Amino acid sequence: MSLTALLVDGLTVRFGSFRALDDLSLAIDYGEVRAIIGPNGAGKTTLLDVISGITRPKQGRVLFDGATDLTGLSEAAIARAGLRRKFQKPSVFEGLSVRQHIVIGADVGFRARLDAPALEDRVSEVLETVGLVDQSSRLAGELSHGQKQWLEIGMVLASDPKVLMLDEPVAGLTDEETERTAALVRALKRPDRAIVVVEHDMDFVERIADRVTVLHEGRTLFEGSMDKVRADAAVVEVYLGR
Amino acid sequence: MSRIGPTSPIALLIGLIVLVAAVMAGLSGTELALSRYLANAIGQLAAFAVLAISLDLIWGYLGILSLGHGLFFALGGYFIAMYLLKHSFETTGTVPDFLQFMGWKDFPFYWAGFEFFPYALIAAVVATTLIAGVFGYVSFRSRVGGVYFAIITQALVYVAMLLMFRNDTGFGGNNGMTGFTVLLGWPMGTSGMITALAVASLLVLALVLAGCRWLVGSRFGALMLATRDDETRLRTMGYETVRLKLIVWCLSAVIAMLAGMLYVPQVGIINPRVLSPELSLEIAVWVAIGGRGHLVGAVVGALLVNAVKFWLSFAAPDIWPFILSGLIVLVVLVFPNGLMDLAKFKLVRPMGAKRIAADIGEARP
Repeated sequence: MSLTALLVDGLTVRFGSFRALDDLSLAIDYGEVRAIIGPNGAGKTTLLDVISGITRPKQGRVLFDGATDLTGLSEAAIARAGLRRKFQKPSVFEGLSVRQHIVIGADVGFRARLDAPALEDRVSEVLETVGLVDQSSRLAGELSHGQKQWLEIGMVLASDPKVLMLDEPVAGLTDEETERTAALVRALKRPDRAIVVVEHDMDFVERIADRVTVLHEGRTLFEGSMDKVRADAAVVEVYLGR
Repeated sequence: MSRIGPTSPIALLIGLIVLVAAVMAGLSGTELALSRYLANAIGQLAAFAVLAISLDLIWGYLGILSLGHGLFFALGGYFIAMYLLKHSFETTGTVPDFLQFMGWKDFPFYWAGFEFFPYALIAAVVATTLIAGVFGYVSFRSRVGGVYFAIITQALVYVAMLLMFRNDTGFGGNNGMTGFTVLLGWPMGTSGMITALAVASLLVLALVLAGCRWLVGSRFGALMLATRDDETRLRTMGYETVRLKLIVWCLSAVIAMLAGMLYVPQVGIINPRVLSPELSLEIAVWVAIGGRGHLVGAVVGALLVNAVKFWLSFAAPDIWPFILSGLIVLVVLVFPNGLMDLAKFKLVRPMGAKRIAADIGEARP
């Protein structure tokens, strides 16, 4: 265990004069669920944007598996390397059925590569995992907010990713839905997978995270277990205001 | 991924088109044959319907609005015109007007080979794919989309029009090309030829409809819809959306080009006015009225708008633009998704119907 999946090394991202990430370094290991928290504007989503190739950093690099620098790759190449991400705002394809989403996620390419029975098995398995078996033929546009969140988790999960990034997976969910999502995230934990979760809901973070990284103004403020995070004076100050 | 039954609207439409073609072919030469005017009108409408499908494919299914599809339509028109003039010249010795006008003794060198129809067809497909490919690659790679892309396509067709208005390009200049006398060895302008061109247009329309229906119903079609709905989402799942867009864009351009190839022999002339922004805008209007994202809608839109135009420009030549504009405003106000919204009224469950009624009620001040 404890193999490094992602090594973020001296990452700086600027939007005009604003430093979204400021010489940020951190390591995320296989087998862990890492939560990234911090006040608004701390750089949490920007970090995921850089890892998934949407934002190019000014400086620094992101090493995947200790070998591949992701900062030079396209979004599609990064995804094919085994890194998938759920966006903050549920991003689903309104005009496609639930099932089609999972198929697109499981079997990447303009033409189908998996044979039909294998694909069928995979799709059923994923639908089962995210609890959308009964909705499989419905259009994504007709789903509730919570179901869209799960559908998006399902479609990124379908490819069996090595790094799974979840940006605010419980935003806007009811307590019961949050409960289900927490159980889902714990169930996705595997020795050969790193899960990165950006979230504001502290109770949810406490339930799912092995380790927590607190970002503040584009830098790491604190890293450790949730108990220690709650006890840290600097973190409390950032969160409660000065 | 979805299946079509024999009673689905698209199957019925394809059946109807083939039936009309069969009846026209069967009655040709008999006393019951359609008038030359009507046969010719049907053929032109079929060509416009093909053009509408080409735009619907990228606008309705991929979310890319082109306001310059007249360019590809014109490419087909110019290439078939080159074939017709060269072929007519070889067969009958008729020297094209524009050569006499320019005082040229011979065709420019790039006209070589155009007396052979297969060569003209291949040249048209290659040129269209090349022009669409380069333009699409540059735009999609730089992530130009939405309204910016629409404006650039409009500019592109305008630039092409200015170019073709020049008399020294060797493509007929502002007078265009006309005086086509022979097609594939047969004289033009006869009833038989008019019927044959109309039937060919109808058959191409049926084929294009069937082919596009297959495409949008396939896995690739699902990826097209996914690109339309959220391109970033699809890209971050490992799909090269630039390639996907480029493939569909080029396919759409080639279909528009085919429409032009069918259209020009039926009207007997091509000139740079085909490249004016009006035609390109009009194509978008046909699709918007019929209902984008529905192949049947594109065909219905093209047929309806043009049939009304054919009829009104004859019945009320002074006021037809106003009637047509009024019709467009009305349809867009009442049916935001085009006439295909009509079909939904029958299909929705009572609850859905209530919701639509409530929406309409809310919209009123």
